[in-house]
Amino acid sequence: MLMRNLTRAALATTGIVVIMAGAASAQDKVKVTFLFDNAPSTVAMAEALAAAFEAKNPNIDIETESRPGGADGDNLIKTRLATGEMSDVFLYNAGSLFQAINPVQNLVDVTDEPFQANVIDSFKATVTGTDGRVYGAPIGTAMGGGMLYNIPIYKELGLSVPKSWAEFMANNEKIKAAGKTAVIQTFGETWTSQLFVLGDFYNVQAVVPTFAADYTAGKAKYASTPAAMKGFERQEEVFKAGYLNEDFAAATFPDGVTKIATGEGAHYPMLSFAVSNIKELAPEHINDVGFFAIPGDDAASNGLTTWMPAGLYIPKTSKHPDEAKAFVAFVASIEGCDVQTQSAGATGPYLVKDCTLPADVPPVVSDLLPYFQEGGHSAPALEYLSPIKGPALEQITVEVGSGIRSAADGAALYDEDVKKQAQQLGLPGW
Amino acid sequence: MRHAQRYILGGVAIAASIVVFLVPFAFIVLTAVKDRRQAATRSFDWPTSWHFWDNLMEVLRTQDYMLVTAFINSIILTVVSVTLLVVLGAMVGFVLQRRPSRWTAIVNFLVLAGLIIPPAVVPTIWVLQSIGMFKTMHGMILIEVAYGLSFTILLFRAFVATIPRELDEAAIIDGAGPLRLFFQVVLPLLKPVVVTVIVVQSVAIFNDFTNPLYYLPGKQNVTVQLTLFNFQGQFNTSLHLLFMNILLITIPPLIVYLFFNRQIVAGMTAGAVKG
Amino acid sequence: MAVAVAEGSVPIANPRRKSRTAGLYPSWFYLPAAIIFAVLFMLPTFASLFFSLTRWTLQKADFIGLENFAQFFREPFLFQGLVNTLIYGVVTSGLKVVLGMLLALLLTSDIFGRGYLRAVVFFPVLVSTVGVGITFTAMMHPTQGLINETLASIGIKGPGWLTDPRFALYSVALVDVWKGVGLATVIYIAGIVSIPLEYYEAAKIDGATPWQRFWTVTLPLVHPATATVIILSFIGGLRSFDMIWAMTKGGPGFTSDVIASVIYKQYQAGFYGLSTAGNVVLFIMVALIIVPLSMLLNRQETDR
Repeated sequence: MLMRNLTRAALATTGIVVIMAGAASAQDKVKVTFLFDNAPSTVAMAEALAAAFEAKNPNIDIETESRPGGADGDNLIKTRLATGEMSDVFLYNAGSLFQAINPVQNLVDVTDEPFQANVIDSFKATVTGTDGRVYGAPIGTAMGGGMLYNIPIYKELGLSVPKSWAEFMANNEKIKAAGKTAVIQTFGETWTSQLFVLGDFYNVQAVVPTFAADYTAGKAKYASTPAAMKGFERQEEVFKAGYLNEDFAAATFPDGVTKIATGEGAHYPMLSFAVSNIKELAPEHINDVGFFAIPGDDAASNGLTTWMPAGLYIPKTSKHPDEAKAFVAFVASIEGCDVQTQSAGATGPYLVKDCTLPADVPPVVSDLLPYFQEGGHSAPALEYLSPIKGPALEQITVEVGSGIRSAADGAALYDEDVKKQAQQLGLPGW
Repeated sequence: MRHAQRYILGGVAIAASIVVFLVPFAFIVLTAVKDRRQAATRSFDWPTSWHFWDNLMEVLRTQDYMLVTAFINSIILTVVSVTLLVVLGAMVGFVLQRRPSRWTAIVNFLVLAGLIIPPAVVPTIWVLQSIGMFKTMHGMILIEVAYGLSFTILLFRAFVATIPRELDEAAIIDGAGPLRLFFQVVLPLLKPVVVTVIVVQSVAIFNDFTNPLYYLPGKQNVTVQLTLFNFQGQFNTSLHLLFMNILLITIPPLIVYLFFNRQIVAGMTAGAVKG
Repeated sequence: MAVAVAEGSVPIANPRRKSRTAGLYPSWFYLPAAIIFAVLFMLPTFASLFFSLTRWTLQKADFIGLENFAQFFREPFLFQGLVNTLIYGVVTSGLKVVLGMLLALLLTSDIFGRGYLRAVVFFPVLVSTVGVGITFTAMMHPTQGLINETLASIGIKGPGWLTDPRFALYSVALVDVWKGVGLATVIYIAGIVSIPLEYYEAAKIDGATPWQRFWTVTLPLVHPATATVIILSFIGGLRSFDMIWAMTKGGPGFTSDVIASVIYKQYQAGFYGLSTAGNVVLFIMVALIIVPLSMLLNRQETDR
């Protein structure tokens, strides 16, 4: 879902030619095939991991293969699983997309593998099948869905990071009064429009702790749950207050990244992942952008909505499950984390205990970390707690965020969209 | 028309045509040779520096020479589909015109149905999957043939009517069977309409976007129109490469147009006006 | 692609010859084409009637009656797709008729630069739709685009052609006309040049003004071309997908969605039954409009 779009975005902004460098295979080695998406950062990470693992395990040969992202990738994964042609290890989203590939039937149960002792429980929950068993291990780092902000503007106007929605809007008013764009939106790429709603989930569950379960069961609706409506209402509010950049309807994700980095706007609701795009598009401004969670009504219960990294899975059809498990264990180890940081940069916290980041991370990442640490406040996004995400959300949030449709209408429309998805998935209670 | 009027009207029309029709093409060419920064401004101005060769090579290299693969795929798709269309369409058009039977009405009805009914997308995917042809070039070729048959048959039927029957009879006297009659006598006489079908259908299939999007997903199967679409996301910050891509895939139709201008126009109007 | 919906006049063979030559025109010549057409076109079309009544995962179809169709009329953005499809069809085919005729009149007159003009008007027909869509999307950018920059230079603030919900659908329709008007023009040119010159001369002798000659001679006699252009561009307009997808993807929001883009979005989302219902709705809509329209146009033709 959103992860997928991000993958595409990463691909989009870097535009690096991906050339596969398959390792040479020797006769006496066990060959383990490894499939991952073709985002340049994933490719770099995956190949570095394969090389490091081979260096430690001379008898195993990891053969890497990249696949397209997005809907093409989904189809490819499903087809290969169905026809028994899946690689020994493959990378795929956790959460609702993971549920859609029928893990109980297709994947090897890794619940009792020793490496799981180091995997953080919140990740395990997103790769657990309907039978309660764990089927994957994390690769990459977690992200937050919140607000990127321009630090020089905050300094210039003497603003402080808001903890409540009222403080946020007060900041916006001052920014607008100073003749600057308070909030950047980039509806030229519709997926970027969803953060006000999806990134508000921490606040939703803080008020209605049972929302995810009730929503999955068809008992809770956005339109009839005031806390869940807030995301839509706030998106509408920001538009009506006239805080948006002039070209919000046509601007694209790279435009947004450039604007927030260069101070053409003060806030950009986005996933923390964008830090790698800032590095790409405006490296000289990497230290000008910070990050905070989308604030809720109450400053006391401020917290972050988080996105989980992808998982590594082993199909039941694998001919070398033991070697595949050894590789997965390596990726989900402290050593594996370090290889990932070296090859793809530090973009957020790892979901493996005791993995560390270098000291000199960009401000976006250092702002992100406290939410994840002991005593911090974070909750996974709804797409990791429920298999249902309506496919039309991005169009609906574009309409609400550009004044075409009211927040109440938008929420009701989204409920209808969600209903279709739930019915299509054959969930009980719909 | 008086002399002055002829020139004034012509002058006005040419000026208007430059603004309306040539500026967009000039925009494509100019953007395609600019550097990244200048292209990103979307402005219509002279390139400050020329990067034709750099941009060309870069767009070709993108995603492991995807555009090269796409050109090969598109050419295979176009050539094979058009060949099948010509042979199969001519066979139907020939018998349809020559021999009225209980089939004639049915075939005519189906030809019309093929022109009007929008293809049912997902059921077609379902059929392709069950015969193992989804995401394959064979499947895509047969789809293009199925969708192009109606128009092709119409053109052939109209043209076969102009070939005298006496030729058929002469062939029988020579002892020809139906296959020899068709391939050695009739098909060569159909040459003008064959050229028309080739040109019209190859432009249509080469430019087809929707059908490969549905029936031929996957990177190794990409066609030129889909590269444009794939690159649209990736080249958001690289308009110069996106427009170089547009320029490259416009060249084949341009060549076809320069050589077969008359046949295209004749073909597009023949089926239509005389109907 | 150009099509003739009007039935052609097929010369009927002399029945006396039939028996003698039947062996030369074997019915199996139909067979290869028939198999491809039946399997890849007819079968899916019939299957769509069934699958549109189901909730479908490609592996499993649960019969749900008319629920998918009810959904189409209940969900505002699906219904808006229906309305937009009609608007798009009417606007594009109307403009192609009017502009195509005017251009054809101009390009059949003894005008300076006629060859060049014919070529330049026709060329966009051959260019990739997606390429044209991307080009115009860049030129219609609200702040940086060529069109609004030109307007700004003469003091007009241009609208967000593709980003303002009031204009998006019409902007795409205009680009569609830009690309397709060449075909309409060529069909009209063929129609106009086939009108015998004597009619004009007779009208001239009767003292008809050029305007009267247009109304009494050209317009009635070019009717077959008009019928063709209307039918062709209407079918094309109702089924149109690639131009809209390349330019707005149905946006902003759902405001420029047409049935074909709705079908694609539902397909992408995995709602295969609903997507197929969209196909059936489109089929019914095309049939309901095109069949009576072509009968009406043909009747007018025989009336004359």
